[in-house]
Amino acid sequence: MTVGVVLFPGSNCEHDVVEAVRLVGGEAEIVWHGDPKLGDVDAVVIPGGFAHGDYLRPGAIARFSPIMGAVADFAAAGGPVVGICNGFQVLTEAGLLPGALQKNRGLKFLCKTAELRVETTNSVLTAEASVGDVLRIPINHFEGNYTCPPETLAALQSEDRIVLRYLDNPNGSVDDIAGICNEGRNVVGLMPHPERATGDLLGSTDGLVLLRSVLAAAAAAPA
Amino acid sequence: MRFAVLVEVSLREGIADPQGATIERALPALGFHGVSGVRVGKALRFEVEGADEATARAEVEEMCARFLTNPVIEDATISLRESASV
Repeated sequence: MTVGVVLFPGSNCEHDVVEAVRLVGGEAEIVWHGDPKLGDVDAVVIPGGFAHGDYLRPGAIARFSPIMGAVADFAAAGGPVVGICNGFQVLTEAGLLPGALQKNRGLKFLCKTAELRVETTNSVLTAEASVGDVLRIPINHFEGNYTCPPETLAALQSEDRIVLRYLDNPNGSVDDIAGICNEGRNVVGLMPHPERATGDLLGSTDGLVLLRSVLAAAAAAPA
Repeated sequence: MRFAVLVEVSLREGIADPQGATIERALPALGFHGVSGVRVGKALRFEVEGADEATARAEVEEMCARFLTNPVIEDATISLRESASV
């Protein structure tokens, strides 16, 4: 299974994701944002960083990168797509996930380990976990405060599309949301960084189950 | 015709504005009392070509909808005036 990791100018977590995917037995390759095609990949990760410098708004310019048309097509065909941190912001700006991420409630850049509860296993990111699992995974963001219109929140809740919640909400996100999925459950965005929780030396291995889930989804997804 | 454009981007009503709230809390400490409703946004200035004001405005509105604002959380106020000829 090959995971395509999209590299924008300003991405800075792409190699971490590549390493983490290899750690759980997958293949990974970096895909340049200016390429209009994804190539032969079975899943897509949009990694963290500051795509296009986060100019205007995080993700506002990245959504127009040539690769994003291919990512949208891949997602529409049921392929697993995961946006981590800045990648989550890109996916919301691109309209592949609802809502938006605004500045943290406390106006602080947050860089620490967060505890997350798995709220559903019906997503490409969490299929291998169990509902109620508490995962310790780092967050590293200034604009991670998830917000959406009330009707969108109601839909996310009633359709079981809140994938991860913070146990101790660090950033003001509505309903403690740390990650959500689309209606097809194959596109997931989350602010925490599972690729940084992949070894004892990093302080946690709780990200591995999420990465394994993505690989399993890649294996199961329509080619 | 050329138009000078000012787009003021603000957070939509009901969207929490942590920057505005922090500024509002800081003002009394500096002796400025009675300030309320502080909202922080951004302003974009540029010039645009258009057959007439309505056409130019329609184009700026589309820019706002597709790129300059995130309609989920932001509103835009657009001001146009004909540029002085260079």
